[in-house]
Amino acid sequence: MDKFKKVGNKLLKSQGLEALSASVIAAVCGLIVGLIIMLIVNPSQAFAGLGSILKGGFNGGFAGVGNVLYYAAPIIMTGLSVGFAFKTGLFNIGAPGQYTMGLFCSLYVSFMFQNVIPSSMLWVCALLAGMIGGMIWGAIPGLFKAYLNVNEVITSIMTNYIGMFLVDMLVKGNITMFNINEARTRAMPESANIPKFGLDSIFPGSTVNGGIIIAAIIAVLIYIVLFKTTFGFELRACGSNKTGAKYAGVNEKRTIVMSMIIAGGLAGIGGALLIQAGASNTYEPVNVLAVNGFNGIAVALLGASNPIGIVFAGAFFAHLQRGGFYLQLQNFKPEIIDIIIGVIIYFSSFALIIKSLFPQLFTFLKFKKNIEDTTAKTVEKTIEVEIEKNTNDKSGEV
Amino acid sequence: MSNVIEMRHITKMFPGIIANDDITLELKKGEIHALLGENGAGKSTLMSVLFGLYKQEKGEILKNGELVVINDPNDANTLGIGMVHQHFKLVDNFTVVENIMLGAEVLKKGILDKSSARKKVMELSERYGLSVDPDVKIEDISVGMQQRVEILKMLFRNNEILIFDEPTAVLTPQEIDELMGIMRGFAKEGKSILFITHKLNEIMAVADSCTVLRKGKYVGTVQIKDTTKQELSRMMVGRDVEFTLKKNEQNIGETILKVSEFTVPSAHSKKNAVTDVSFEVRRGEIVCLAGIEGNGQSEFIQALTGLMKNTHGTVELCGDVITRKLTVQELSEANAQDSVDNDSENTKVKLKNVRKSIRYKSEHGMSHIPEDRHKHGLILDFSLADNMVLQTYHHKEFQNFGFINKKAVYDYADALIEKFDVRSGQGSITPVRSMSGGNQQKVIIAREIEKNPELLIAVQPTRGLDVGAIEYIHHSILKSRDEGKGILLVSLELDEVMNLSDRILVMYEGEIVAELDPKNTTVQELGLYMAGSKKEERRG
Repeated sequence: MDKFKKVGNKLLKSQGLEALSASVIAAVCGLIVGLIIMLIVNPSQAFAGLGSILKGGFNGGFAGVGNVLYYAAPIIMTGLSVGFAFKTGLFNIGAPGQYTMGLFCSLYVSFMFQNVIPSSMLWVCALLAGMIGGMIWGAIPGLFKAYLNVNEVITSIMTNYIGMFLVDMLVKGNITMFNINEARTRAMPESANIPKFGLDSIFPGSTVNGGIIIAAIIAVLIYIVLFKTTFGFELRACGSNKTGAKYAGVNEKRTIVMSMIIAGGLAGIGGALLIQAGASNTYEPVNVLAVNGFNGIAVALLGASNPIGIVFAGAFFAHLQRGGFYLQLQNFKPEIIDIIIGVIIYFSSFALIIKSLFPQLFTFLKFKKNIEDTTAKTVEKTIEVEIEKNTNDKSGEV
Repeated sequence: MSNVIEMRHITKMFPGIIANDDITLELKKGEIHALLGENGAGKSTLMSVLFGLYKQEKGEILKNGELVVINDPNDANTLGIGMVHQHFKLVDNFTVVENIMLGAEVLKKGILDKSSARKKVMELSERYGLSVDPDVKIEDISVGMQQRVEILKMLFRNNEILIFDEPTAVLTPQEIDELMGIMRGFAKEGKSILFITHKLNEIMAVADSCTVLRKGKYVGTVQIKDTTKQELSRMMVGRDVEFTLKKNEQNIGETILKVSEFTVPSAHSKKNAVTDVSFEVRRGEIVCLAGIEGNGQSEFIQALTGLMKNTHGTVELCGDVITRKLTVQELSEANAQDSVDNDSENTKVKLKNVRKSIRYKSEHGMSHIPEDRHKHGLILDFSLADNMVLQTYHHKEFQNFGFINKKAVYDYADALIEKFDVRSGQGSITPVRSMSGGNQQKVIIAREIEKNPELLIAVQPTRGLDVGAIEYIHHSILKSRDEGKGILLVSLELDEVMNLSDRILVMYEGEIVAELDPKNTTVQELGLYMAGSKKEERRG
């Protein structure tokens, strides 16, 4: 049994390694393309620019790292949202809408109920409201997909716009939340901000807050749900073979709806984490879809849809974003970072190909070695086969 | 006779397995050479090497004594090697001629010259007695005809070496006889044929010589006139195989499954796929639904098990109504009748339409070995262990408060792997995708029989399997029968139908056209009913 466990662990590790190597290759390709662009635009500064990108948040010391964590939290959540839906075979392109709905619900609860809810509980309630807002917005494409067989990509593109315009309309019409002179929402009530959990003493002078811890805990929870529970078994079965799951008696319609609800909830928390981050955050209703929602797709791809991988992928993208900020010191435009991220997404979607190429090479080499090792052991068997073959040949002659 | 093709010491490796280990094969001009082996013995791999789909690690290929390198199917084609794959590679909405010329287009001044291609196809078709209509679309012709189109494709390209990969798996008995005739005609013309199969009868009937592979290794080559079926099977499986099934005395019990007036719509047309089917399955009997593919058997089973919806009819499993779909009129009539009959019992439940879930059926004694093991039977990306508990993962013994008990799952899977001799690369953690077809099927059989069902529905349980595995599966099914289970078998293999079943229901165009007793009927008679040229009025 012990031996068996060891083999199991080995396999899991090697699979993780595969995913990791694919993601690292995608990231490296992205950076190379970025370097080429910088070489074309301004050759003398190109390598210094690459240095800035690679240093990312570290350019700003501890405070810079703290800022990276601040930026990472919301995109980790949208990444989890997209990745979770991926595992169930759904492409949740609706993360921006769910994210915005979450953000709005969190705003609404923070402003409208700040005198009702005890101030120590306000941030938790706002966060939960954000989650519920996202859940509702995720449920819509889920229901359409499950019961009317409408492709979730189409419905979620629609719900993105509906969600965004609805929120902008509601925000502009509510003077408690909206500051007409500045055309943005007012500063959040102090008690609605997420506690810093002591992170501010580790990264002084940064905008870091407890959001990153919440995101990491949720990632672990999602990992457990997906890989350790019967519910996760159903979700993954459905994602990997829908008809097979149906045959096995899984209620695949319910599974699709549940998956979209959870995915929406995750994106909703992402929106709430941003608005409750405490860096005097406000929402500007300018009729633009939330970029953090779309970045979730990139994060999920780079993280190979694995919840733990997504945490690191989210941190990496935030790191790059900060690198782009410091890139301006070398007179580059920060848009280069967006190009790099674009290229990384492109190569991440090749992850399957990359994944299948490398392990094939590795396992083949390993396998060759194994054969050499086991030859001695199989000599006995081969002799047996030889004898058998001879007898067969003879009987053939007879 | 000289060797047209020689494959010398071919070795082909895949991660974790040696598919071909030092295999040598000699094909003489004008001979039909059978390649025999169990599933996963490496027959298809060897042919894929010859056809240029795989590159061997070791060994060489000679054509007419000269060394050749085959990197892709185009090279093979240039060398005159053609292949009919097990799954046809045809464009459904192209005509026969268009399919045949696809990839070998005849041009006249840069424009497709269909008429000369059509002429050549007609000539070839006539010469070899293929009788193919060149102008019909592929989607409108039978599987047997589609196979002939594949054959014509090879002839059109002037191939001299023809590889047939399990060609008889999809054919009716009559079509098989015709194919054998066509193959003999080719051999007489000097073409050489490589014939991949695991059906001994066909080899004995048509082949000149036979090379046997077992588990990737070369076992030997024999001349058919000097050998027997028993010897071939011993070479293939490595032990003696029983051909006749020993069936114990029947011990029939009460009705397990009762189907009445069952109707299922067709997915493709407005006609019904299944019309008004009624029958019963009792404890201790194997009832076989026989018929040519596409006569409604698949739809019937899918609707019965819950993968599809039926439009009319009632199904009872052990007296429990699991499906009831009646017309509005029938329902109101039945309920009106009830209220008249039971004036005193006002509490009597009204008759309602019933559609129990797949899970309910699975939990209440229905096991289903599905027709398509990749689409329904397995989650290929899951491990062997996870597939063993595909319907039962939520049972108490495999979970605690919603958390899967990995150890219990693995222990259970290990026990089943042992009991049903499922072979895989890494034991219970093996991804099912990497396993051979026969072993994948064993996973399903193990899972479904171990559930200890009242009713076992087995749809083509031995499709594409080798003698050893078929023997094993047949014994498992017979054992279940002797244990008093009811068994509903759907099969296209006539041997299987005749040997295994206690009662045969022949299905033709969605209706049951005959109920036969295998002891009092012949294969020929069965074939006539299956082809729809004979019909009987069923009793009751």
